[in-house]
Amino acid sequence: MTTASVPTGMRPQQDAPRKAAQNREKWASVRTYISAAVILIWCLAPAYWMVVTAFREVGFTYDTTPWPTHITLDNFITAFDTSFGNKFGQALLNSIIIGVTVTVVSLVIGVFAAYALARLNFRFKYLVLGFILGASMFPGVALITPLFQLFTNIGWMGTYQALIIPNISFVLPLTVYTLTSFFREMPWELEESARVDGCTQGQAFRKVIMPLAAPAIFTTAILAFISSWNEFLIASQLSNEATQPVTVAIASFAGAQPNQIPYTAIMAAGTIVTIPLVILVLVFQRKIVAGLTAGAVK
Amino acid sequence: MKTPGFLLPVATAGVLALSLSACAGGGGTSGGGGSDAEANLDSRGPITYVQGKDNSNVVRPLIEKWNAAHPDEKVTFKEQTDNADQQHDDLVQNFQAKNADYDVASVDVVWTAEFAAKGWLQPLKDKMAIDTNGMLEPTIEAGSYKGTLYAAPVSSDGGILYYRKDLVPTPPKTWDEMMGMCSIAKQNNIGCYSGQFKQYEGLTVNASEAINSAGGSVLDKDGKPSLNTPEAEAGLNNLVEAFKNGNIPAEAITYQEEESRRAFQDGKLLFLRNWPYVYNLATTEGSSKVKDVLGMAALPGKDGPGASSLGGHSAAVSVYSDHKATSLDFVKFLVEEEQQKFFATQGSLAPVLGDLYEDQELVAKLPYLPVLKTSIENAVPRPVTPFYPAVTKAIQDNAYAALKGEKPAKDALSDMQKSIETAGAGS
Amino acid sequence: MATELGPTPVKQPASGAAPVHHGPKGVGEDNKILSQGKWATWLLAPTIIALAIVIVYPIISAIVMSFQKDAGLDPVTGLFTDGGPAGIQNYVNWLGQQCAAQGGGTVACPPGTLGGQFWTATATTFFFTVVTVALETVLGFWMAMIMARSFKGRGLVRAAVLVPWAIPTAVTAQLWLFMFDFNGIINKLFNVSILWTGSEWPAKWAVIIADTWKTTPFMALLILAGLQMIPAEVYEASKVDGASAWQRFRLITLPLVKPALMVAILFRTLDALRMFDLPYILTGGANNTTTLSILVINQIRQGFNSAAALSTITFIIIFLVAFIFVRFLGANVVEQSGATGKGKK
Repeated sequence: MTTASVPTGMRPQQDAPRKAAQNREKWASVRTYISAAVILIWCLAPAYWMVVTAFREVGFTYDTTPWPTHITLDNFITAFDTSFGNKFGQALLNSIIIGVTVTVVSLVIGVFAAYALARLNFRFKYLVLGFILGASMFPGVALITPLFQLFTNIGWMGTYQALIIPNISFVLPLTVYTLTSFFREMPWELEESARVDGCTQGQAFRKVIMPLAAPAIFTTAILAFISSWNEFLIASQLSNEATQPVTVAIASFAGAQPNQIPYTAIMAAGTIVTIPLVILVLVFQRKIVAGLTAGAVK
Repeated sequence: MKTPGFLLPVATAGVLALSLSACAGGGGTSGGGGSDAEANLDSRGPITYVQGKDNSNVVRPLIEKWNAAHPDEKVTFKEQTDNADQQHDDLVQNFQAKNADYDVASVDVVWTAEFAAKGWLQPLKDKMAIDTNGMLEPTIEAGSYKGTLYAAPVSSDGGILYYRKDLVPTPPKTWDEMMGMCSIAKQNNIGCYSGQFKQYEGLTVNASEAINSAGGSVLDKDGKPSLNTPEAEAGLNNLVEAFKNGNIPAEAITYQEEESRRAFQDGKLLFLRNWPYVYNLATTEGSSKVKDVLGMAALPGKDGPGASSLGGHSAAVSVYSDHKATSLDFVKFLVEEEQQKFFATQGSLAPVLGDLYEDQELVAKLPYLPVLKTSIENAVPRPVTPFYPAVTKAIQDNAYAALKGEKPAKDALSDMQKSIETAGAGS
Repeated sequence: MATELGPTPVKQPASGAAPVHHGPKGVGEDNKILSQGKWATWLLAPTIIALAIVIVYPIISAIVMSFQKDAGLDPVTGLFTDGGPAGIQNYVNWLGQQCAAQGGGTVACPPGTLGGQFWTATATTFFFTVVTVALETVLGFWMAMIMARSFKGRGLVRAAVLVPWAIPTAVTAQLWLFMFDFNGIINKLFNVSILWTGSEWPAKWAVIIADTWKTTPFMALLILAGLQMIPAEVYEASKVDGASAWQRFRLITLPLVKPALMVAILFRTLDALRMFDLPYILTGGANNTTTLSILVINQIRQGFNSAAALSTITFIIIFLVAFIFVRFLGANVVEQSGATGKGKK
């Protein structure tokens, strides 16, 4: 356990115990590296297999050579080839449209609520927080039945608004929740100092608060976008081919022939969908981890 | 639970606003439509044809042809998605709204009864009757509900038995004969037979085929389940036994169309039950090991050809259509021989007119047609019921349990019977 | 990552984005809170209205629907007719696994009906929840403890664990479906011939493995954040006192991480109870992998109103579990996250 991070060896006079301690430390560090390797393999191997398959010729879909063989780019072309009716490009666009709209709406609405929850004292604060948290845990299936009927009746099935509105139900609480945690950590005193230094209220906001809040809002935006991007349940029931997001498109990918499951093309599509997220996540790793864990530990 | 005072009015307003819009949308399901079915019978004008994805580009040229000949009654093509569930929901949404936008709709054979029972489809009788002479009988049955034709069959589909010509010189005619040939498979160290046995729609198809081929039936003429019969039991038992003794390889319990095709193409199976699409792939794909030894035959039955399940699509006229005379003409146009031939050559869609299956030109292009004709002639539509989702679930769940040996075929069938009874008893 | 509790927020008047005008200095706290309350009302209103529209309205609508009968078939005409009011029949049917009988009344739902699957689906849902959350907690704890150590490449590991989390669940499901194929890499790698989606236990384990892969990183990160709040001195002190590694873990790490851990477990539990994407794509709900969410979705096309009753039941079950967690197991999420007021201590 955590020995590596804690200095050991409190009795330096004696030689033998020190050696033993050194050995122990060495052994502990070897174990750490082995464990780290296991974690790396566990997390990355399936993703690696997705990428390897994505670049494999369709005839060798079930080839199990562990390294890339029969490399081709055809699967990526197939994924975008609308002649099979996949419309993957359209689905990517739909996911972006839905994700961006949901994110922007949630942020615009949620930033006020987060400010109030983080900075103001008022009655029922915990009740409101509880309500918002409860909302983020709300099961999607409880929404889908009434919405399915409502949207059928008013002719909204398969429209963008029919996909955007239910998504707000879980993205908005997430946004408020994450932003609240971030806002509570911000050094609001700086704003006051800026005004003492002669800034106007507007200037203080623009020059001090905005730059401070921007990373928090940006991180929240990424998290909101990812959770909307990954949504499947609601979209699988309420979208149609023109509006379906990538998750639904990938789940029902069609091959060149009826009944064909084109795994290589699916993996190519999966790779395309995943890579931007992985890049985003790797670049903003620290911020995202902070945002993910914000509510839980502070 | 205490609600903060200041939130209540706000929340209530929001809820009210939406309830109002829900009410305005009009309410729910309702049958009838008697008056709608009488209206606009002689009216002519532009109409809309709705169909799922036109993958092989056959509908557009046909519509262009129609439009050239009928400048005052032009047809607009509304293309739906490729996904059957989405097509179904889109039609439901529009019919529910009594939308006149959809005049003629292409409906899957398994939806016809549901839509007819909802009162959404124009009965094709009296003034609206079409000529069904020359159409294969099972395709007409599939378009009918309670003895009335509601949808004109446009394309059909049936199962085919693919076999290895190199190992089996003459294909089996009956199930028992086929099982007898399984020793050949054993000698060659390959699996004997497979269909699609994963728990999904394909299992309904395969289990129904087994039951029908043995002389049983899922639903009787009145749409009531009739599964507690020795014939049905014998049929399902054929599959159960084959799983037990290994004539159907164990992994077939996970097979959909593609997995089974791949196994066959890789030379791992002697017999395969599948749809006509396999022919093209098995004879052209580079990795196919059966290219030159592919044989085709009708599905094996009890003492002759078996009863395939029927696929395909029909064209139905909406009761809400404003121009039913034009709609009817367009439906008739779709089933004319010339158009049917075009569907077959351009889209590899099986025609509904019996004569076309002997057409030299067509057979040269689609060599499976003669076999397919036998298959469709002997086909039984999948259960024609307004409660299809419940019925297919009853068949799948119980057949699956029987195939896995979790319960005897007899019990599975009696559970199937009971489940189907509860599905239709909700009224 | 900052380890101290959030700064106290109301030391000085706020301004800027939403200028808050407090009463003149010297006015009592009550007044100040009142004026802040007014502001809070305005600031919270858009969020509350939005949530009322997207959540509260559908819930109410679902409850109303759940007391209606589904459309039935008129035996004479063969046409559908409206169901009319059902009272609590839909709920009784689900909970008692009763199906409509021919000629009125109900019978026990036979196998092959959705109604007959309610309790197995509930059991499956809870089974998945307990097993995946337990696995994820143990594995997540282990991963967090590794990542808390300092070693070369720690950044790489911390980044790598985010990869499974970032892949959409629908893609994850397709990926594992492909790997669990009979001819797939998993059977090949472990030199077995298991029909993963072909029988009950392999299918269940396939879902559990895929879910564990996907969500353990989330758990590990939450626990890691909790671990990092433990001051290193506490360990050193205990070491000097001669505590063994196990004692340190049990007496120091665990109690100190517990609040964060409980919240993480609560989040994951509620998430697992509504599991849908993975089993829906991976197994289609076959072989007893139908969760409550899948059951609702399957019911929608067989009857809205009955589906509404089932979704309400699902909602109540999840609500009850959350309640039990917060009330009895001390997962106080609200206080954890809303620590502002009490954070002043």
